[in-house]
Amino acid sequence: MKPTPANSVLLTESLSIGYRKKQLENVVASGIDIAVAEGELVAVIGINGVGKSTFLRTISGVQSALSGKILLNSEDRNHIPPEKLARMISLVLTEQPLSKNLGVAELVALGRQPYTNWIGSLTAEDRKMVKKALTLVNIEHLQDRKCYELSDGQLQKVLIARALAQNTPVMILDEPTSHLDMYHQAQVLKLLKELSLSTGKAIIFATHEINLALQLCDKIILMKPGEILQDSPQQLIQKGAFENIFPSDLIVFDPATESFRIKT
Amino acid sequence: MQSTRTYKISLVLLLLVTVAVWFLNISLGSVNIPFREVLTSIFSENSNSSWQYIIMEYRIPKALTAVLAGSGLAVSGMLMQTMFRNPLAGPYVLGLSSGASLGVALVLMGASLFGGLAGSIIFSSWGIVIASSLGSLLVLLAVMLASVKLKDTMAILIIGLMFASLSSAVVSVLAYFSPAAQLQQYVFWSYGSVGDLSWNELGVLIIFWLLGTGIALYSIKNLNSLLLGEQYARSLGMNIGKNRALLIISTSFLAGSITAFAGPIAFIGLAVPHLIRQVVPVNDHKILLPAVILGGAILMLICDMVAQLPGSEHTLPINAVTSLVGAPVVIWLLVRKRKFLF
Repeated sequence: MKPTPANSVLLTESLSIGYRKKQLENVVASGIDIAVAEGELVAVIGINGVGKSTFLRTISGVQSALSGKILLNSEDRNHIPPEKLARMISLVLTEQPLSKNLGVAELVALGRQPYTNWIGSLTAEDRKMVKKALTLVNIEHLQDRKCYELSDGQLQKVLIARALAQNTPVMILDEPTSHLDMYHQAQVLKLLKELSLSTGKAIIFATHEINLALQLCDKIILMKPGEILQDSPQQLIQKGAFENIFPSDLIVFDPATESFRIKT
Repeated sequence: MQSTRTYKISLVLLLLVTVAVWFLNISLGSVNIPFREVLTSIFSENSNSSWQYIIMEYRIPKALTAVLAGSGLAVSGMLMQTMFRNPLAGPYVLGLSSGASLGVALVLMGASLFGGLAGSIIFSSWGIVIASSLGSLLVLLAVMLASVKLKDTMAILIIGLMFASLSSAVVSVLAYFSPAAQLQQYVFWSYGSVGDLSWNELGVLIIFWLLGTGIALYSIKNLNSLLLGEQYARSLGMNIGKNRALLIISTSFLAGSITAFAGPIAFIGLAVPHLIRQVVPVNDHKILLPAVILGGAILMLICDMVAQLPGSEHTLPINAVTSLVGAPVVIWLLVRKRKFLF
């Protein structure tokens, strides 16, 4: 589906991101105009420090934008109350001080918090959603385990299941493949691809696994200092957009194999 | 999502133990009163009047104070441990007891140094309570101001510890210049005691206990969100700042009022949440909150019985007994299960 302002679940208009300290604005990136439609898998790519995390933090509402607009289902994000926002965007974050004593099913069930009553009781509907999330991520066999018993790859899937249980049109993941080996990186990204197709959610994630992202994503948001591009991987390759994202002294992009190579 | 049924059974068992320990607590003391007579004193009018006086005016208020102090401190310990995501946090990390100690030290020991106002407060029976509350309140206001300014929850932990250091330094200076008699009075206060409350004072304590526990009950859902860390909690729709303020207020009501009436009672707040997690391995605060309330009450009642040294005239300082009884239990449970649950 080609995103237009009408069918976009997430749209930014001349968004400027960064940090505000007293009167001074430290702009990390500006002029960001992106549109993400239902069911799209979008990778945010760029070198360390270019502002990937700041961008994801800004659209998910952890920090406020310097200027510009973020529209979620055509609603201005600044006017969406936190309880409603929790039903529109779910997050998967790494390195959180979460209680490893939580059981897997228990952790996934916490994704239902935006829907439960004041004391957090699960209804039959909530339990059904938790079960569905566990099934989608294919971790039903882990549901009675505790988080401290899981490997990094398993924990990552549990966190994705939690976000699924939150049942939001947009899911945002900050580097879901860090700390994982190449096999599990591919497994997690493949899972995200399947989820975007089967659930129709827009899934946006930051990653350093450019080679994997090129093969799986519908769209790539390429962040370079002073320039932000968004397009399909093929279009970006044709435009030669990847050729100068890293300093060219060490690695170069090889358009023939659509991957990065070490310069020999 | 484990079935909550097994947890409900545990809660009922804890409740039964609490009731049993409570009756045991009021039937033991320096005067030997047969258990049957204890029951008649409570439930009927015509019984041995001096025994009835001891039970109604001394032992029952003391047992109730132990229940309120133990459960209140345990709840505030649980709140602080969840809020700071730190197993070492307790009700006093915000510096409340240090503030209270400072207030009491100023009244008891400052009287000789400053005279005047401080000297006149001491003669009212509520003097220590007021001084202790004012001290806690002062520290609370400082911590609240800091929590508005600071975004980072951990920074509040450090600020609380700094206030604790500051107050104890001032107390040391006061102690150094104080005459022995006043110093002793302060030391006795710092031992803690659940035995000196009148029914009126108990009424005030109950009000603060209800307010504090009420806020904790209201915060159950947010406490569960916090198990995922603050960032996730925020993404689940929780207002971090408001929730933090509520938890600080709740802890202050509980720990502040208990310290004011019973002195700085150590250990209970830090240890009971861990003890309970060993007995009822649960993360959900819906179950944890009532379990911690009952666990705190049980431990405090037991400690009070030990402190009474049944059948003897002597009473040990409750503050020492809580650690003497509690610490080995925590160590034993940890070693037996070989797993630290937090």
